[in-house]
Amino acid sequence: MTAALTLGPIAYHWPAETRRDFYARIADEAPVDTVYLGEVICSKRAPFFEPDLPDLVERLQRAGKTVVLSSLAEVMLPRERQATRALCEMDGIEIEINNAAGLQARAGAPHRVGPFMNAYNEAAIDWLAQNGATHVCLPHELPRASLAYAAAAASQICVGTEFQVFGRAPLAVSARCYHARAHGRHKDNCQFVCEDDPDGMPLLTADNTPFLRVNGIQTQSESYICLAREIPDLVAIGIGHLRLMPQSIDMVAVATAFRQCLDGVIDGEEAMSRLSLCCGATALSNGFFHRVAGRMLVTGRIAASADGR
Amino acid sequence: MTIAELVCPAGTPASLRTAVDAGADAVYCGFRNATNARNFPGLNFSTDELAAAVAYAHSKGAKVLLALNTYPPAGHVDLWRDAADAGARIGVDAFIVADMGVAHYIARRYPDIRLHLSVQAAASSPEAIRYYCDNFNVRRVVLPRILTIPEIRRIAQDIPCEIETFIFGNHGLMVEGRCSLTNYVTGLSTNMDGVCSPAADVEYRRESDGAVSSCLSGFVIDRFASDEMAGYPTICKGRYRAPHRPEGYYAFEEPVSLNLARLLPELIGAGVHAFKIEGRQRSKSYVRSVVSAFRNAVDDIRAGREANIAGLLQLTEGGKETQGAFETKKWR
Repeated sequence: MTAALTLGPIAYHWPAETRRDFYARIADEAPVDTVYLGEVICSKRAPFFEPDLPDLVERLQRAGKTVVLSSLAEVMLPRERQATRALCEMDGIEIEINNAAGLQARAGAPHRVGPFMNAYNEAAIDWLAQNGATHVCLPHELPRASLAYAAAAASQICVGTEFQVFGRAPLAVSARCYHARAHGRHKDNCQFVCEDDPDGMPLLTADNTPFLRVNGIQTQSESYICLAREIPDLVAIGIGHLRLMPQSIDMVAVATAFRQCLDGVIDGEEAMSRLSLCCGATALSNGFFHRVAGRMLVTGRIAASADGR
Repeated sequence: MTIAELVCPAGTPASLRTAVDAGADAVYCGFRNATNARNFPGLNFSTDELAAAVAYAHSKGAKVLLALNTYPPAGHVDLWRDAADAGARIGVDAFIVADMGVAHYIARRYPDIRLHLSVQAAASSPEAIRYYCDNFNVRRVVLPRILTIPEIRRIAQDIPCEIETFIFGNHGLMVEGRCSLTNYVTGLSTNMDGVCSPAADVEYRRESDGAVSSCLSGFVIDRFASDEMAGYPTICKGRYRAPHRPEGYYAFEEPVSLNLARLLPELIGAGVHAFKIEGRQRSKSYVRSVVSAFRNAVDDIRAGREANIAGLLQLTEGGKETQGAFETKKWR
């Protein structure tokens, strides 16, 4: 048994040229099976990226990748409603839906369910599958026992499962842009200051402990989730797709470490030490999976938690 | 004019009776477990307590809305189904839900009991709301606190169900149902456990310069001078440092409370059916004061009189209040 590797959508406002270069390298060098494209966080950013989309899709598909288009997590304004409707009415390419407005527009046609849809349990997955879902990305905070339960239930109804194994945790979204706020602006006159922070804007506590990252309306973890040691376990419990979230580091090296670990070329410890090198000073964490604080890095033997979750 | 139903918090049987006596049209409450989003120590209801509370409320003409508005983690769905079964047996007037699995169960099993869509479902567009109405026969949506009044008016024209909005109390900054800050820091989940910045993880630490650090699981969420009152360390209300803000600033929001008393007539005009007061964790006397004040205000507005709302300001957090997103897009 093994699992596929996927690359989630870029959460940040990277300049168009950076994105083009990034995906060109992913197409040529990264051992990932599936690439998710699209602006998920802020609808104001989409126009910078959309003109390149057809070429990127073609480039990645030519390299043998499955390409999926992801929809916005927050849908409120007319332009967000319109963008979601337009995406969800597309055919000829797979889409991943991140908001119930997208489910309504999709009207039961096949689709993937994104991590912002809150598919926490077998009952929700079953409902979504009855209404066209073929594949579900489970919420990043689900602990191991629930992941195993959800994966088993999904597999019985032939629904694919996916889980984030690398990158900052998507802790929260808001209607308010905290990037703009940090610069004394608001969302409508933000001047795209989020472009200055390609890996998120750090927030430190009063005693200078790195704590969170701001990415426009999104709040992320300071640490990168890294479930490399847990790969054999994730495969064993039936998670079929492991998602890497793009960060401003060498993502080809990250994908290669995960791929080699999946293939048994290197073990989890070796993968962890390679990934630590890739990530520089950024802390790694795996707490959510082990049912402790998400920020923590559990290094000991993987044990079932006392309450069965 | 809509009914302008006043929906009031009941963290305990005593505060439920207080809210009903003070003029609540409906009260909302939850069981003493992870099935609701205020799973705090010392709060909420046993099955027997809820049965007695429903009997009391109904005898006074008030409704009881049962919050089952957290997300069951896989393998634990039965706790939520059992809670729904108990609520149906007791005769609650509506369930407030967020998870699609829970919504589907109740819609199929108890089609005659009203379903309200919790703010935790984060349905903020007509399309998202219609999804829940079409599929689960949702009769009312509790709107996220992120919309302006003109936006609420447009939504009201576009959906087949009632609208409930928050008007007073704690002002959550993150989209409800999409926040795992507490789990990241403490290991307890808002969505799965109904916990937010849990008291057991709070510590107030005196620093050598006399300042007081307000900490959650050892993280300094805010720091106060010796002459300031130290606030509770809620993560989204903390003061942090950023590259452009080395002095520290409220990165998400100042510690303020939501107070829409002045906007009540406009909200009614926009088509809002019910007003929700936050605060199941609050004391009986707080509930009595706030519910009475809003009861009078709503009655005045419905009778065409000017509402007197001066008394409400002193009940807001630190005396500081906001109209949040409701008044202007610039809040965003």
